[in-house]
Amino acid sequence: MRVFQFTEQPYPDAWDKHEGSLRVNLPNKLLDPLHAANLFHRYYDEWQLSDELGLDIMVNEHHQTATCMSAACVVTLAILSRITKRARLLVLGYPVSNRPDPLRAAEELATIDVISRGRLEMGFVKGVPQEVAVANLNPVFQNERFWESHDFIIKAMTSHDEPFNWESENFHYRHVNIWPRPYQQPHPPVWSTTGSPTTAEKLGRYGYVMANLGTGYGTRPLYDAYRKGYMAAGREAPGPDRFAYLGFVAVGNTEAEARRLGELVLAYPRTSGIVHPPFRNPPGFLPASVNVQMMKGVGRPRTYTKDGQVINMREGGVQALIDAGVLFCGTPDQVYDQITDFIEHCGGMGNLLMMGHAGGMSHEDTVSNLTLFGKEVLPRLKEFRQPDAAAAVAAE
Amino acid sequence: MAAASAENIHTIQVNGIDLDINEQGSGAPLLFLHPGHPLGRFAPNEPALAALAKSFRVVAPTHPGFGHVDAPDWMTNIDDLAYLYLDLLEALDLKDTVLVGASLGGWIAAEIAVKSTVRLSCLALANPVGIKVGDRETRDFVDIYGIFDKEIAERAYADPAIGTPDIPNLSEDKLFHMARSREATARYAWSPYLHNPKLKSRLHRIDIPTRVLFGEADRITREGYCRAYADCIPGAQFTTMKGAGHFPHKETPDAFAQAVSAFVVGKEKELVS
Repeated sequence: MRVFQFTEQPYPDAWDKHEGSLRVNLPNKLLDPLHAANLFHRYYDEWQLSDELGLDIMVNEHHQTATCMSAACVVTLAILSRITKRARLLVLGYPVSNRPDPLRAAEELATIDVISRGRLEMGFVKGVPQEVAVANLNPVFQNERFWESHDFIIKAMTSHDEPFNWESENFHYRHVNIWPRPYQQPHPPVWSTTGSPTTAEKLGRYGYVMANLGTGYGTRPLYDAYRKGYMAAGREAPGPDRFAYLGFVAVGNTEAEARRLGELVLAYPRTSGIVHPPFRNPPGFLPASVNVQMMKGVGRPRTYTKDGQVINMREGGVQALIDAGVLFCGTPDQVYDQITDFIEHCGGMGNLLMMGHAGGMSHEDTVSNLTLFGKEVLPRLKEFRQPDAAAAVAAE
Repeated sequence: MAAASAENIHTIQVNGIDLDINEQGSGAPLLFLHPGHPLGRFAPNEPALAALAKSFRVVAPTHPGFGHVDAPDWMTNIDDLAYLYLDLLEALDLKDTVLVGASLGGWIAAEIAVKSTVRLSCLALANPVGIKVGDRETRDFVDIYGIFDKEIAERAYADPAIGTPDIPNLSEDKLFHMARSREATARYAWSPYLHNPKLKSRLHRIDIPTRVLFGEADRITREGYCRAYADCIPGAQFTTMKGAGHFPHKETPDAFAQAVSAFVVGKEKELVS
């Protein structure tokens, strides 16, 4: 079992100054560069602590937003490659379909892999809808561009004998021959995210690590779709290391203390959706049939508790989100029980992506949360015996 | 999927692509190219088509990707539509065709006319998009994907109530068409946004009588923009239309049809004399 500490490196001081949008169009005069510098240094200190505690690290990027100052994930990865010693460095992800230049992406990621001496976990994502307003690449072809960028990056990382060329509707290159080539062979492990069973099955066929966010006790069907695709490619049942899940984590010496931290860490789901509504649904991002349902006001719930209740991740309280398996919160014993119960629900899940810092959580609170988790929960999770992979398939 | 139910709509194949065609009336052929965006979405029984059909044989295709027919993967820009309709003119053997395009359809019409006017008699563009007039930091059109539908209706219509869809009471089929229009417009015109950087320098090639119509309440395209469009086309006339915004064919269909036929008749006289 691996646990990756994740923060979006937020700038929470602007969160009460918006007029309905924290992303895309929030004026950057609301950012004080001196304060931003202090925050960045603090966040890197906390990741160094994570490294020392035996945690792995997850980074991401978003654009033009006070919710996430990490605007170029390779900058974050570059710093971490040098200042951490052992942690796996997961980017989840690199939004390749919002980039016009996958050659540059391949070069950046290969370089990070070499500098970190093979610690890169390479997550590709399509990105949240509002990124389109910034990237400006045609959202109608987002999915097509995602898979073509993926194909290109893998080919660039695995071609070693002579340059190749690439000429398609989306990308044109004359002589592709990246230096350095990746440290890990044939290339760093690939990860991706999805909420769709069709894509889950596709990721299964590739055998990539699949990560889910906010699905709670509704996660199992996605994992089962993945298992189906994985085995359709002629493999045995996938082990827990193929599955990842992002959970909010708050650990305290007392339940009361943990719940205080839980409130703080839930600042993330409570703010991440605050964006000017037209940017939330770019054209072509969702199929027309889904848009019709949305116009008719039919929502698509995705977060469920163990007994099938629908939970609103943006508004749910601490207890509701614990019940939904979105927030793992309590004393070390309680958190261990919540996580392992969730793993049993999944039929195995070997990568917890832990948001152990969010919003305005102070340095002291973050250090306490990470340390308690690292010392009291992580060692027990490492020894936890995951459900049998073949039994998970049989139980479908 | 099946084509829309209106009796004057039929599906034909052009260059291997299914096209839903709304055909009505008799007389000189008139090819009508509809706009993009859901609020200007194409309705099978568009009143403007019936009004035009009093004087012309109206042929009005639904652009692939907008209605029930998918666009082939390779159809990704306005040029692809322009060539498709050049093929359509040939397939139907239309001669001396009046080409009329509204908004995005005006852009397609201009792209057709700079390529070949062999099968065309004259050209009418209503509140067209497609050229770049402003400098690099002055866009010609508001980002329709960055504002609420309510604001689009206010900008696009003289009477925003006409342009505001009554979503709770629309049929699933109409909602589907709105969703498809929103997506298909982006498919063809996301970036460069609603224009082809090369088109302006090609408009001089248009060698048939041309009229640019401007619904004067429009705040999607502006009068200055549409005048600049007309100025790039040799001899083009510019006419404003009262009581209409970005979609004069929807808001004032009879006046629109009248403006087109008066122009065509006037031009025919001019050609004779």
